[in-house]
Amino acid sequence: MIPAYFRSLAARFFRRSQTEHDLEEELRSHIQLRADDLERFGLGRAEAERRARIEFGGPEQFKEECRDELAGDFIDVLLQDLRFGLRMLRKSPGFAAVVILTVALGIGATTAIFSVLDAALLRPLPYSQPEQLVSIQADLPGLGARDVGISQPEWKDLQESGIFEYVSPTWFDENNLTGSSQPARVRLLIVAPNYFALLGVEPKFGRAFDPNDHSPGFIPEVVISDGLWKRAFGSDPNIQSKSVRMDTDLYRIVGVMPAGFDAPGRTAEERNIEIWAATSFYGAPLSDHPPRNRRNLPTAIARLKPGLTIAAAQSQVDALVASLQKQFAADYSVQNAWTVRLVPLKERVVGNVRQSLVLLLGAVGLVLLIGCVNVANLLLARASARGREMAIRRALGAPQARLTRQLLTESLLLSLFGGIAGLAILFSLKGFLLQLVPENLPRLNEISISWSVLLFALIVSVVSGVLFGLAPALQAGRLDLNHALKQEGRVSTGSGERARTRRALVITEFALSLVLMIAAGLLLRSFWDLLNVQLGFSPQSVISVRTRLPAPNDPGIDKYATASQEAPFVRELIRRCATLSGVEEVAIGDTASIPLDESLRDLKLISEGQFLFKVEGSDVQSDHSTVVERSSVSPDYFHLLGIPLLRGRLFNELDNDNTPQVAVINQAMAQSYWPNEDPLGKRFKAAKAGAPWITVVGVIANARTQSLAQADLPQIYLDLYQTGAKRLAILLRGHLHAAAIADEVREQVRALDPTLPVSGAETLNETVSASLAQRRFSMEMITLFALTALLLAGLGIYGVISYLVSERTQEIGIRLALGASRSNILRIVLRQGLGLAIVGAAVGLVCALIVSHLMASLLYGVRPTDPLTFAAVAFLFIGVAVVACYLPARRAMKVDPLVALRYE
Amino acid sequence: MDYEAELLPGTLDLLILKAVSIGPLHGYGVLLRIAQISGRALLIQQGALYPALFRLVRQGLLKTSWDKSENNRRAKFYELTSKGRKRLREETEGWNRLVAAIASALAAQPQEI
Repeated sequence: MIPAYFRSLAARFFRRSQTEHDLEEELRSHIQLRADDLERFGLGRAEAERRARIEFGGPEQFKEECRDELAGDFIDVLLQDLRFGLRMLRKSPGFAAVVILTVALGIGATTAIFSVLDAALLRPLPYSQPEQLVSIQADLPGLGARDVGISQPEWKDLQESGIFEYVSPTWFDENNLTGSSQPARVRLLIVAPNYFALLGVEPKFGRAFDPNDHSPGFIPEVVISDGLWKRAFGSDPNIQSKSVRMDTDLYRIVGVMPAGFDAPGRTAEERNIEIWAATSFYGAPLSDHPPRNRRNLPTAIARLKPGLTIAAAQSQVDALVASLQKQFAADYSVQNAWTVRLVPLKERVVGNVRQSLVLLLGAVGLVLLIGCVNVANLLLARASARGREMAIRRALGAPQARLTRQLLTESLLLSLFGGIAGLAILFSLKGFLLQLVPENLPRLNEISISWSVLLFALIVSVVSGVLFGLAPALQAGRLDLNHALKQEGRVSTGSGERARTRRALVITEFALSLVLMIAAGLLLRSFWDLLNVQLGFSPQSVISVRTRLPAPNDPGIDKYATASQEAPFVRELIRRCATLSGVEEVAIGDTASIPLDESLRDLKLISEGQFLFKVEGSDVQSDHSTVVERSSVSPDYFHLLGIPLLRGRLFNELDNDNTPQVAVINQAMAQSYWPNEDPLGKRFKAAKAGAPWITVVGVIANARTQSLAQADLPQIYLDLYQTGAKRLAILLRGHLHAAAIADEVREQVRALDPTLPVSGAETLNETVSASLAQRRFSMEMITLFALTALLLAGLGIYGVISYLVSERTQEIGIRLALGASRSNILRIVLRQGLGLAIVGAAVGLVCALIVSHLMASLLYGVRPTDPLTFAAVAFLFIGVAVVACYLPARRAMKVDPLVALRYE
Repeated sequence: MDYEAELLPGTLDLLILKAVSIGPLHGYGVLLRIAQISGRALLIQQGALYPALFRLVRQGLLKTSWDKSENNRRAKFYELTSKGRKRLREETEGWNRLVAAIASALAAQPQEI
C-alpha cells in the first residue's frame, strides 16, 4: 500500500510528463487492439479504427479521471487554493497589509514573550541531567525562619547519606582581586571541591577542582569565569600558569569556565560569579571542628543519586533529619522543628519570576486574540463583498466544503505571512527588545529564537489563522444562493447571521480588552502607590559608593581584623570625604545599610543582613521571628538619611570597641519584641556562643529601607565602630555627580590603602528605582499590551459600526426623507454601538474579577476588586466606544437623502 | 446487446480483480475477459475502465508492466498483487453473502413470515 501510494504520488508530481505519455499510449493501444478485433470481423482498417474510437468514448474525460485517481489529490487542490488565495490577496493589497500587520504584531509580541518564558521557565537548566539537581533548604519553622542554611557537620551527613551523588554548599562573597592594573571587586562563590562535578560542567580550558580533595582550609586554586578572564587577564591563553591575589591570599588559576556559564543562583549577582574557590569548610581560617548548630553555610545544592526521584529522596531526607535530631538532641531543640526541604534547582533559579512571566504571556495572548477577532471582523466584511463570487462558484458546482476550504486556506495564508512578518520584526528588533528585559531576570543570556520558539510561532500562526478564518469560512459554506445571486453586482447586505456574528465578535473583543485594561490598571495603581509611599527616609541627593576591606585567610596579616583596627580607617575616610567639594554630609555603613539595595539581597552574605538573635529574659522559642535585618552604620547615618530619633540616643563618639555594644532599633522592632515596655536598656545577643550582649539605646522611626512594599519590618542598627564590616558603603549627601564623585572617593580610598577597590557609585534614587525594576517591567509591558488591546477594540467597534452605517445608508436616507431629525439618526447609530460596548464591558468585568484575583500577589496597596480601577477602566471603555461610534454616526448624519435614495 | 445489465456501483473493481486474477491482462483484455466470464451480460463503457485501473494501482492491488500483446502491440499489462489477491478473496466472500441474503429475502413467501 505505502510504496504503491508513493509511486502513484510520484507519478502525479515528479514524473508528470512520463505519466501523461504512458496514459496516452495506453489508451491508443486500447483503441488499436479493439480495431484489430473489429478488422478481424471484416471491417476496413480505417473504419475499424473509427468505430473503436467511438466505442471508447471521449479520451480526454477519461484521462482526467485517471489523473484524479493518482494519489495526492488534496495537494493539488491545496496548491490550487494557494494560487487562488495569493491572487485574491494581490488584488486587495490594502486589506492584506492591514491583516498581515495586525497578525504580525500579535504573533511577534507573543513570540517575544514566549522566547523569554521558554528560556527562563521551560528549558532545562544548562547543566548535565538537570532534573537530578536540587537545592537544599533548611527551615526552622518553630522560629519562623526559612532557608537558614546548614552547618558543616550537616553537610557531611547529607553528603554521606547515600541519597546524593554530591552535595555542595555555596557561599557567595565579594572579594578584592589585586595584582592586575587596579584592585577590583569580584563576585566570588565559595563551594565544595565537588561543585563542578555536581553540576556536570567542565572548564573550557584547564581543569576544575578535584572532587575528592578534603584537605582543611581553602584549596589554593581558583576557577575563573570567561568574563573575568577577558576583562582582567586580556584573554591570556597561558592563564593556567598565573596566580591571583584575593584579599592578599595567593591562589593559582586552574581553569576558565566557558562563556555563558552561569551559576545557579537566585539573583543576578549570584548567577554572574567571576571566581570559584573551594574548601571543605573546616580548618584554618575556618574552625577546625565546626559546631553542628552553627549554620554558616547559607545555601547548598545537590545532585541526587541516579534514578532517585525528588519525592523519594525527600522521604529519605526526612528520615535522616529525624535520626539526626535524636542523635544530637542537644543541638536540635524540638521547638525549632528543624526540617530540610529538597527543591528542584530550577525552582530556586526561576521560581520568583514564574508568575510575572505567565501573566505577561497571558496578556500578550489576549492581545493576539483580540487582533484575531479584529481580523475575523474584517474577513466577515470582505465575505459580504465576495458573496457574489462565492454564490457563482456554488452555482457552478463547487461543493460547500470546497469553498470553506478555500476561505480557510486564504486565512491561513494571511496568518502565516503575518507570522513570518512577526518573526522578521522580532529578529530585527531583537537587540532593542533585549534591553527592555530587566537585568535581574534569570537566564537572560539564554534567550534566543530557538527551534521551540519557531515552532511556537508556527503553531500560534496556524491557530490564529483558523481562529479568525473559521467564522467567515463556515458562513460562506451556508450561503443562500438565491438571495446572493439576486444582489445584482451590489455588496450583499449582511445576512442576519453574519451581522450577529460580527456583533458577537465585537462583544468578545471588548470583554477581552477590558480584562487586560483592568489588569494593567491594577498594576499601575500598585506601582503608583509604591512610588508614592512615605519612604521614611530621604533619598534625595544621596550617592552611595562601595568599597571592601580584605579578609585574608591568615588573620595575623589582616590590617582590619577587629573593629578597633578598622575604626581609624573609617573615621579618616569620613573626614576626607567630607572635605570633597559639594559634599555636605558623609556616613559609612555596611552594604546592607544602603536603603532598598536589591543587588545583594537574598544572598545572606557572611556577617551581614539577616540576624538570628536571643532577647534577654525571654526564650529563643518565643512566638516572634527572631530573624531580623540588621546593619552596621556610623553615627551620622540616621541624620544623613533624615530618619528621626524617637527615644533615647543615637551612636556617639564614646561608643567604641572597649565600651559595651549598643544598638539603635526601629519602632517596628520595639513594638514586636518589647510591646508595652520601654525598649531602652533592653538587651539581646547574637544566637551564637560567646556573642556579647547588645543594649538598646535608641529607637528611630520606621523607614522603608528594606522593602518598599512593607512599612514595618523590624530593623536593628549596630555601631560600625563596634562591629566593623568588610563591605562598606560610603553615603554622601550634597550636590554631587555620581561618576565624578566615584573618582574622587576612589582617590581618597587609595590614599589610605591602595589595595582597596571602589565601585558602584549610584544615587539613592537610582537604587530605589532599581528595586522596582521587575515590577516596572511587568507593569509597562501589561500597560503596553492593554493599550494595544484598547486600540484594537476601538478599531473593531469602529469597523462594525461603519459597516452597519454604510449598509443602512439607504434606510437612513428614507428616514431623513420622511422627516427624521439628524440627532435622531445620531442616536440610533450611537445606541447600536454603545449597546455592544456595554454588553462587552459587562462580560469583561466579570472575567476581570476572576483574573484579578489570580494576580493578587503581584498587587500592592490595592485590592483585586479595587472599585476605582474597575470604574475608571469601564468609563474609559465606554468613552472609547463613544468616539469609535461617533465618527461613523456623524457620517450617517450627513447622509444626503437624495443621494442615498438614488444609490441603488 | 440489449441484455447487457448496468453495473452495480462498486462492482467494477471486483470484476477487474477477478478478470486479472487468471493472468496478466492489458486494459482491452480486461474488458474482453469480463465480457467472456460474465457471458457478455455486463456492460462496461470502455474508457471508464481506466480510472478504475488507476485506482486499483494506487491502492496497491494491481501492478503494471509494459509488454507485447498477442498481436504484437505494445500494451500496459495489469497483474494482481498478493494484496490484490487477498482483497479479491474477501470481496468475493462479501459479495456472496450479500447475494445469498438478498436472494433469500426476495424468495420469502408470505406464509414463511
